[in-house]
Amino acid sequence: MRARVRQFLPPQPRVRLRTLGIVGARFLLVLMASTAGADGGAWTAAGSVALELRWFADDPAFPGQLTGTQPSATLAPELRWRSAERRHQVDLAAFGRWDDGDDERSHVDLREGSYRYVGDSFEVLAGVSRVFWGVTESRHLVDVVNQTDAVEDVDEEDKLGQPMLRLAFQRDWGRLELYSLLGFRERTFPGPEGRLRPPLPVDGGALYESGAGDGRVDWAVRWSRAAGAWDLGAYVFHGTGREPRLLPSADGRRLVPFYRVTSQGGVDVQYTRGAWLWKLEALAREGQGASFGAAVAGFERTFYQLGGSSADLGVLAEVLWDGRDPTAPATIYDDDTFVGLRLALNDVQDTELLAGAVVDHDDGSVAALVEASRRFGGRTVLKLDVRLFAGADPAADLAAVDRDSFVSLRASWHW
Amino acid sequence: MTPCLLEIVTAQEEIPPDPPFIKGGNQRRSDLCPPLVKGGRPAKGVGGFVLAVALASALLAETPEEKGFAIAARSDRSDRGFGDSAVTLEMVLRNKAGREARRTLTIRTLEVPDESRGDLSLVVFDSPPDIAGTGLLSHAKILEPDDQWLYLPALKRVKRISSVNKSGPFVGSELAFEDFTALELEKFDYKYVGEEPCGELVCDVVERIPRYEHSGYSRQKAWVDQDVYQARKVEFFDRKGDLLKTLTLSDYRRYDGGWWRAHELSMVNHVTGKSTDLLYSDYAFGLGLTEDDLSTGALERLR
Repeated sequence: MRARVRQFLPPQPRVRLRTLGIVGARFLLVLMASTAGADGGAWTAAGSVALELRWFADDPAFPGQLTGTQPSATLAPELRWRSAERRHQVDLAAFGRWDDGDDERSHVDLREGSYRYVGDSFEVLAGVSRVFWGVTESRHLVDVVNQTDAVEDVDEEDKLGQPMLRLAFQRDWGRLELYSLLGFRERTFPGPEGRLRPPLPVDGGALYESGAGDGRVDWAVRWSRAAGAWDLGAYVFHGTGREPRLLPSADGRRLVPFYRVTSQGGVDVQYTRGAWLWKLEALAREGQGASFGAAVAGFERTFYQLGGSSADLGVLAEVLWDGRDPTAPATIYDDDTFVGLRLALNDVQDTELLAGAVVDHDDGSVAALVEASRRFGGRTVLKLDVRLFAGADPAADLAAVDRDSFVSLRASWHW
Repeated sequence: MTPCLLEIVTAQEEIPPDPPFIKGGNQRRSDLCPPLVKGGRPAKGVGGFVLAVALASALLAETPEEKGFAIAARSDRSDRGFGDSAVTLEMVLRNKAGREARRTLTIRTLEVPDESRGDLSLVVFDSPPDIAGTGLLSHAKILEPDDQWLYLPALKRVKRISSVNKSGPFVGSELAFEDFTALELEKFDYKYVGEEPCGELVCDVVERIPRYEHSGYSRQKAWVDQDVYQARKVEFFDRKGDLLKTLTLSDYRRYDGGWWRAHELSMVNHVTGKSTDLLYSDYAFGLGLTEDDLSTGALERLR
């Protein structure tokens, strides 16, 4: 399904990442073989399969885009090994989606494929992994290590596995993590048939500012600490930015992602008091147009046992600001407010509902969401997502997806 | 919630042979992680206050409040120095019609030597499989609210959460968060009610009135046996004073080092007709857990 893409790819830069993958896979196989007979270690398997149906109410805005329903299926197996004393740990997690309507959404990714050694107050991780940084809900601004798997959803919470070496130290003054990020993962984009894309499909070989292409080794350092009511984090990152700027191709029929080398630093802070969580994420970045700052700040207030029931209702509000210039990768979060409600019934089925909207102060465009989920029996989960986009005018941030509001129903089975 | 297997106890020094009735201290575990009695070597009284109460009890006629406190103190942790423990727990949630749902979870607990801090505990869910790997890390405090973090494996996200939700249900069960939380002696006022047979044993009956904020209970009534000083039954009364729930604790087993643990607990909600059973596997002690193993940074590897 990616053959068409591949013909646009420059052959050189990709080799290194692939070699890395092969070496990594061999390493893991050897490790698995050697651990299989080790005394006291244990493998555990887990995972899920799911069927998903998206339904777009409106006809598409651009030629070639699919109409109506978009069925797909996913498989996400996991395998984990822990030595008896848990010092040696192997994590394998793969993800695959077959999509009936959009070839580019059909894809396979190794989310995790890592070995970890847990020492006394330090930890080493080698392989493909996923890390999450941050505290806010509407945007994950400082979560900059893993590339977004953007064909999965528009919330930027699905991430591609990132090859890395990580050394972590735990001390009285907090946790220090040193990252060497071995190679770059390109962001995924919907294909020409896919909805939720720019007016032209993103297709063809990515361009890099770095001469090493996607073989560049990036680095990051993060410090984090929980101190009383405060949870603090700070990072610096130098390397190819995960967000691309989309440039028109020479023939003007498609968009080509262009990734620049960035230097950036950021903080994330949460202050927890009573039923209130106060949150802040902020960063400063250079390399993508003029140097800029961006921030998300807000709160989450939970009302427990609503009306004497066992349900909890959370009220969320966040303001978003981003000072990047037009030559930087585009963002819809330039000057916005997010408000949301989170309802948890706290029942045996773990029934949950999240509803919210991001409103743009400049152009009035609105992105709204409803996410509801409930377990049926012991292993089946139904999830209903609704995403509504309303761009007030053709120049609005959300104009391209104005007709892409959709309802998605997902049934997953877990083991 | 600080899951109960929380042993909030501390000091690890040698324990002098005080008479058992003055052992105790200023903290205790909840009935879900029932107080332990150290076999043959009664624990040292930490608090001079407890000692004073005990001596006063001996010299003067006890008030019901003093006697209730003394019984609670006696029943109180005498399991200091247990270090760390791990246990697997199966929760059986039953609705009024008897329909069952099950969850399994592993609980690791680390005793903190510093008396001014509570213990550290981590609950990791094994089932239902859609929430497998979800973790709840608690750093218990003595007087302030506990620090709690949730680990969401799908995002690999660690999220600090509020711990004021004392009376809310824990994962859809009939147990409230506060039922799971490690209890300190000072978190309640006590009152001795009387003596009653409980099964083959004789129990002291003590009322305890929560003094901490956000409790869903006006009072609790606990039956503590006179043999090994373990809680055998607890009744919970709602804020209006009506009987809400009854907890029974059984299958007590004594481990090396003298620790007692109940392995079968049953909570029945009299208002809803629902119930939750807690079935514990064998406890493991002396795992060599460190504070690093129960830190936010370690959540992703403790699955």
